[in-house]
Amino acid sequence: MSPTLTDASPVFTDPADSLAIMERTRSTAETFGIPLAVLAELTHRCPLQCPYCSNPVELDRGSTELTTDEWKKVLSELAEIGVLQIHFSGGEPTARKDIVELVQHATDVGLYSNLITSAVLLTLDKLSALADAGLCHVQISFQGNEPVVADRVGGYRNGHVKKLEVAKWTRELDLPLTVNAVMHRQNLHQLADIIQMAVDLDADRLEVANVQYYGWALKNRAALMPTIDQIDETSRIVEDAQVRLKGILDIDYVVPDYYALRPKKCMGGWGRQFFNISPSGKILPCHAAETITGMEFESVRSNHSIAWIWQNSEAFNRYRGTGWMPEPCQSCEFKEIDFGGCRCQAFALTGDAGNTDPACTLSPRHAEIFKLAETESTEGRDRFIYRNFKGGTLEPDADDVHGR
Amino acid sequence: MTELRSNRRISVSEASKPILPRHARLKFDETRQRWVILAPERVLAPDDIAVEILQLCDGERNVADIIDLLVAKYAAPRDDIGTDVVAMLQDLADKGFLTQAREKTA
Ligand code: SF4
Ligand code: SF4
Repeated sequence: MSPTLTDASPVFTDPADSLAIMERTRSTAETFGIPLAVLAELTHRCPLQCPYCSNPVELDRGSTELTTDEWKKVLSELAEIGVLQIHFSGGEPTARKDIVELVQHATDVGLYSNLITSAVLLTLDKLSALADAGLCHVQISFQGNEPVVADRVGGYRNGHVKKLEVAKWTRELDLPLTVNAVMHRQNLHQLADIIQMAVDLDADRLEVANVQYYGWALKNRAALMPTIDQIDETSRIVEDAQVRLKGILDIDYVVPDYYALRPKKCMGGWGRQFFNISPSGKILPCHAAETITGMEFESVRSNHSIAWIWQNSEAFNRYRGTGWMPEPCQSCEFKEIDFGGCRCQAFALTGDAGNTDPACTLSPRHAEIFKLAETESTEGRDRFIYRNFKGGTLEPDADDVHGR
Repeated sequence: MTELRSNRRISVSEASKPILPRHARLKFDETRQRWVILAPERVLAPDDIAVEILQLCDGERNVADIIDLLVAKYAAPRDDIGTDVVAMLQDLADKGFLTQAREKTA
């Protein structure tokens, strides 16, 4: 382990709060401590076909996935360099036959483990085995609050009912549960019911996530983009529920940045506090980073250690800090607050990941893109392109396609 | 299920038997040389006193026992320590990092 990594990650506590959230002090040298949490995308295989899936359009095939031993080695290395939490994700992480073994290994090396799952492949036996292996937390994605919308969005029959069942087992096994709901134009009308569903499922947390438009979601933007009215209504519903359910359900909500003035601080800033590992072992600054074509990401299969890749690889350093920024970011007072927004979104919408995120009102491209989004939100068709290894399948244009 | 729900929002008294919920893990972070609480999507950095109290929260001891232990250790007035401990535990409970030991339904 390189000593600068430990040196660069001092944590501070707010003296006024004995429970301050750990953060890293800013480093002028632009060296960054090893992240506290890492996302392990075990596979891109998934029985669902969500049209907003954040996986790259070019999915990793099963044959390129890291083996069980490779993942175990990765987990050990992560624990050794100071990572504390591991989020097992995908694709569908339980599509891997070795999921219990990997969770057990994470526990053995002292990592806090979280399973981010669509739940449809889980049985009670499998879930119990995961709990016995030391799994600390389960996050289940929902596509709606009832089967008609939910199963259509996920492109998977009977998925919703299955998810409810697994959520119940999760709580019966005394595992903490987060409900994750990805929201867009065609399910936002269900938000209040989804919140109630999370309460009824005895979830600890609810994540209300708005679709991020790159990769698959960009292909489907016209079918997914919410209207401004929907977003206003959403914020009202969430704020009301946050007050009403205080101490019962934690609700995390991020306003979609298409309709905000400034972009989100994506990933807490490129290469600052997060990385994820793709199914084939690439170390990425963001789970969508592979949507930026032309960037080379190093793999755990290379000769370099994970710590070295984090600290020294070209991909991580290219957009670190503020030195790379063009105007208007370079002379902007917010540059260390949002770090210029999302690189993947900048690439998706302007063709250059090094541009100011057009979600920012100061971006020269903002007006044009915002107008397009607004038009799509009211005029776009509802038909989805489903996510799969064939490069996507257009939803059948039958009368049974449900409108909003 | 209703039982779980009522456990969620606890009000700390000297009779409570607090314990960290399963999703919150108290751990010594060797790399950063400090105690942390690991929770979904979060890492918290409790101060020394919080760590000491949390280590005593095993679901068996009640809050009165914990206070007695600290009174003996720090030779401080019971009232002062008692107030601080209850306030700290309540704060943790409100943030979702403390629950009540469940009565075994034999
Ligand atoms: S977003 Fe949907 S398709 Fe993509 S991995 Fe998650 S469940 Fe599967
Ligand atoms: S100009 Fe750049 S730094 Fe300033 S608010 Fe916009 S994106 Fe953020």
